[in-house]
Amino acid sequence: MTQLWDFSGGIHPPEHKDFSTARPVRRAGIPERLVLPLQQHIGDPAEAIVEVGEQVLKGQKIADVKTGMGVAVHAPTSGVIESIVEHPVPHPSGMADWCITLRPDGEDQWCSRNPVPDYRTLTRDQVLGIIRDAGISGMGGAGFPTNIKLRPPRNRKVSTLILNGAECEPYITADDMTMREKADEVVAGLKVMAWILRPERCVIGIEDNKPEAISAMREATEGTQTEIVVIPTKYPSGGEKQLIRILTGMEVPSGGIPADIGVMCQNIGTAVAVAQAVVEGTPLISRVVTITGEAVREPGNFEALIGTPIEYLLEQAGVQQDRLSRLVLGGPMMGYTLTTDAVPVIKTTNCVIAATASELPAPPPEQPCIRCGQCAEACPMKLLPQQLFWYAKATEFEKAEHLNLFDCIECGACSYVCPSSIPLVQYYRFAKGEIRVQRAEQLKADRARERFEARQARLEREQQEKELRRKERAKAAADAQARKKAEAEQVTAEGEAVDERSAKAALVEQALARKKAKAEASPATDTAEEKPDIDALEKQLGQARSKLETIQGMLDEAKAQQADNVDKLERAVAKNHDRVKRAEEMLAEARDKLAARPTESQPTH
Amino acid sequence: MAFVQQSSPHAHKARPTSRVMLWVMIAALPGLFAQTLFFGWGNLINVVFCIAVAVFSEATVLRLRKKPVVFFIRDNTAAVTGLLLGLSLPQFTPWWVSAVAVISAIVIAKQLYGGLGSNPFNPAMVGYALVLVSFPVAMTTNWAEPAMLWDGAPGFGETLATIASGQQTAVDGWTMATPLDEYKHKIAGHTSAEVLIHPTFGESIAKGWEWVNAAFLAGGLLLIGLRIISWHIPAGFLGGLILMSLAFGNNADLYTPVSLHLLAGGTMLGAFFIATDPVSAATSHQGKLIYGAGIGILLYLIRTWGNYPDAVAFSVLLMNFAVPFIDHYTPPRTYGHHKARRGVPGNRG
Repeated sequence: MTQLWDFSGGIHPPEHKDFSTARPVRRAGIPERLVLPLQQHIGDPAEAIVEVGEQVLKGQKIADVKTGMGVAVHAPTSGVIESIVEHPVPHPSGMADWCITLRPDGEDQWCSRNPVPDYRTLTRDQVLGIIRDAGISGMGGAGFPTNIKLRPPRNRKVSTLILNGAECEPYITADDMTMREKADEVVAGLKVMAWILRPERCVIGIEDNKPEAISAMREATEGTQTEIVVIPTKYPSGGEKQLIRILTGMEVPSGGIPADIGVMCQNIGTAVAVAQAVVEGTPLISRVVTITGEAVREPGNFEALIGTPIEYLLEQAGVQQDRLSRLVLGGPMMGYTLTTDAVPVIKTTNCVIAATASELPAPPPEQPCIRCGQCAEACPMKLLPQQLFWYAKATEFEKAEHLNLFDCIECGACSYVCPSSIPLVQYYRFAKGEIRVQRAEQLKADRARERFEARQARLEREQQEKELRRKERAKAAADAQARKKAEAEQVTAEGEAVDERSAKAALVEQALARKKAKAEASPATDTAEEKPDIDALEKQLGQARSKLETIQGMLDEAKAQQADNVDKLERAVAKNHDRVKRAEEMLAEARDKLAARPTESQPTH
Repeated sequence: MAFVQQSSPHAHKARPTSRVMLWVMIAALPGLFAQTLFFGWGNLINVVFCIAVAVFSEATVLRLRKKPVVFFIRDNTAAVTGLLLGLSLPQFTPWWVSAVAVISAIVIAKQLYGGLGSNPFNPAMVGYALVLVSFPVAMTTNWAEPAMLWDGAPGFGETLATIASGQQTAVDGWTMATPLDEYKHKIAGHTSAEVLIHPTFGESIAKGWEWVNAAFLAGGLLLIGLRIISWHIPAGFLGGLILMSLAFGNNADLYTPVSLHLLAGGTMLGAFFIATDPVSAATSHQGKLIYGAGIGILLYLIRTWGNYPDAVAFSVLLMNFAVPFIDHYTPPRTYGHHKARRGVPGNRG
């Protein structure tokens, strides 16, 4: 006996599953028109690869995702592409999205298929490619592309593969009936996935309210290592996080994925689709849908082509339009209401409830919260629903986030038990939506700020560079001026006695230069040596001048402000004056020497 | 055709607040029955009168606040407040004292704070504490002498007349100190055996009171069984009281014994019906245990070393103050998190 764990909270709503389990799964047949949304999965929408008017065969790929995350869409039967238009799709908002509409020709003629019963001869990547090309995304509700899910991050080893047969929502029996009637295909799909993932443990978790499914699965897994684990019926035991807790005792870290703790959950319907894709070469073009509720005379499960309008299925189940008040897609706890029955069955559609007004009555008006705490008792995530409700209502989103608002799985258990009939989940959705909008705006604002700052920095840099260039030009001009002046001075001051110290220094300099010149072998290098000397002196002069200027400026400023460092600055100015003078003289001397040089050095040539 | 548009979940379990409150009232009936049986008609008259005043004041304030009167009256919460006060007040309390208690409970403690769900303090206990402090004589000298309804207790007419006139002298022969009061004030100079001679104690623990408390205990267990209240607050309450009693007063010649603490006074009514008012109590399981234990401990402290013989009202109100603090530090650990996130953002805690 496998050890089971319990999750906190949970509720026991009336199941109403017997409505739809009395009849075997019926084939819905081919409707007059199929509507195939380009986006039936999480990720990027597929792009149509067929033209309007084109004849397509059953199973032919009609839309594909070239780049990014997503899976292909296939023609569920042979026929003509009628249009590519915006059409209402299954979505809580009742929005329209791009769909390919297909007019079946009734021939139901297959394209060529490529079954790989011995898939073990292929590489795992090839099998994942088959799954991707078969258009398989999770069929339990979220629609995550299965091939991507089956390739967990490299550093995450999946040691437990769970097949989720809990189906805890009331009314829905699609997985139950699939397990009863296609147990072998479920197991075949599980085997393919297990071969890809190589887990240590394969578990199929089934709630104890499905004895027929349990015995069928037990029979199908006879002799294999796959465990069939019967879990107590409690909503929402089929929630991924809850099921993992029940079967392994571990909790998926907040914000993480099951693979983080070495677990992966797959849906029953997905397993069948994988088996069909790999073993039979059949892409995902149909699925089992529960059509139930008191407003249909013959509730049950239908094997419906993807794209079949809900309307068509309701009719097959004997809908009584006059009694129909609410059309729920999905279960009564987490499903959403439809605005029209023209929306098609898509890969994630597991159930349609055609409810009468008495079956799902409008909730009584909201009363004040009396803090009874029933919601906290029912919460399977151990949140504080009433605090979240207050913060959501008061739009104190920061506090709501602090109380782990984003861990809410929107299972509806809190709203279900609320004695004041407060639509709690709606408040949480509102808060989550507002926070997401705020985050998006924050991101946008951050980006705008970054752009602005980058521009500011660039403008400043350009300004500085301009300034630098201007200064350099000014300096060059001043240098040229000084040189001219120095030359003129030199001419007039020829023969005049020079400052003793600088004369001495000049002598030393000359001696050094001569020594250097002697050491040099070639005169070419000699002159080359000589030139930089003048350059260096010029540079020195320039530096001395600019320093003098700065200090003069400082002195002026200090004088203007009557600062106490005026004396010091005056002395510095005088000193620098001398320095400039000396430099000028040295430069003049060097120039003279250079002028005299060529004649001296001539003989060595 | 247009289908009904509704946000999930589409299914609801119907046990509205009004029915929860109705069950609370039903569960209190055994206690009321025992009170009437052992102490005469006083409590029953008080209950009817208090409920009437409570509903009337609630309706009046709702009208002044321009709120839907019938919608809110039908939640039965005002009636429960009236009922709890009627059960708590001394049997011969003059009508105006009861009226002051009820009106301050409904108008001040509940409606002025924003009505149902918004009151930080237990309304019934605010009313009770107010009259206990304001009319100390009326609140201590009007306890009926334990006497069977058909044997020695004043008749319905006499009781009603006493309550209506407020003439204390009229019932002088029928009133008696409560067991807690008697024991507390006598034990200082006497032994336990000497104190217990007083007729208020009867033959076992506390004549009449023991049955009243047992009946409230039974009603409380029914509420737990129906999952209308959780066991945490009563368990904390009684656990705190018992522990304090055993730790500090385990000598019957010096302190009130634990049996009297549990079965005399308003212990069981307080533990199962008053402290469990969800609006003013802590929310998490851990928080409820702490909240209940706090009330039990304070109850013991005030009963033993305070001026008042009983202290359910003060203990509950004091712990009401502590509720935001308790809630702040006792959030549950959310699934997938290593530990509970305490406090609120911006506050360290």
